[in-house]
Amino acid sequence: MAAPSLRASQVQQWMIASELARITAVVEAIVALCEAGGFSDRQCRLNVPVAVTEALANAIIRGNKSDPARAVRVTVILQSERLTVDVLDEGPGFDLERLVQSPDDADWYAREDGRGVFLMRELMDHVQSFCASDGSGHRLRLMLHRL
Amino acid sequence: MSFSLERTDDVLIVDVDGQLVVTNRQEFKQAILDAVEQGAKTIVIDFTRAGYIDSSGLGALVSLSKRVRDAGGDLRLVGLNDDLRTLFELTRLDALFPLYASRADALTAR
Repeated sequence: MAAPSLRASQVQQWMIASELARITAVVEAIVALCEAGGFSDRQCRLNVPVAVTEALANAIIRGNKSDPARAVRVTVILQSERLTVDVLDEGPGFDLERLVQSPDDADWYAREDGRGVFLMRELMDHVQSFCASDGSGHRLRLMLHRL
Repeated sequence: MSFSLERTDDVLIVDVDGQLVVTNRQEFKQAILDAVEQGAKTIVIDFTRAGYIDSSGLGALVSLSKRVRDAGGDLRLVGLNDDLRTLFELTRLDALFPLYASRADALTAR
């Protein structure tokens, strides 16, 4: 009988002020975890850094309105088969399911903003949104399976 | 990310080193717009040494493209690695920008 496979997981957390300058260090730390965890070069160079940057920027700018007194909490769970990144801000959140961003949008080739959710969906296997029932916070969850 | 600008007549070459993302897109965009205001027409952005680009970086390029065209010039992208090409293909923004393998290719396309 085969031995049960180990499913050890690694958890890391960060709490940062809502300042864009804080993003890079967290992204680099998460990418380093993925590299050590055997994620592919493409995932480490493109999927993870871009999607996590989008999630953090969204939390800081839209969730916390760039108020440095408000915190963004990031929890990373790295398992043998997948990466989960939870980004929690203090804003009311938004209905991710109803937010459609697509290259078919009429202004896609003209607008400056409005591609972040599209990129997260394209680069991650799952993107989920959870709003606290009392309006006290919003959690965006990114999941990526190791190739 | 850092970037350097090299201007010769109406040609501006922008060398990007590192990430083009939400934290630096305004500085990047403004530097190029300043050069366009001063007469630069052909803008060649070299990504050979660049890292990843997020939606803000892509948005800055889209915005610059329009501003440069409005000023009678054009924006050309050079040196995109496979990851960055994938990003442009995913977003279909490869349809908006001429992509070249090298600076020489971009400049001889004048």
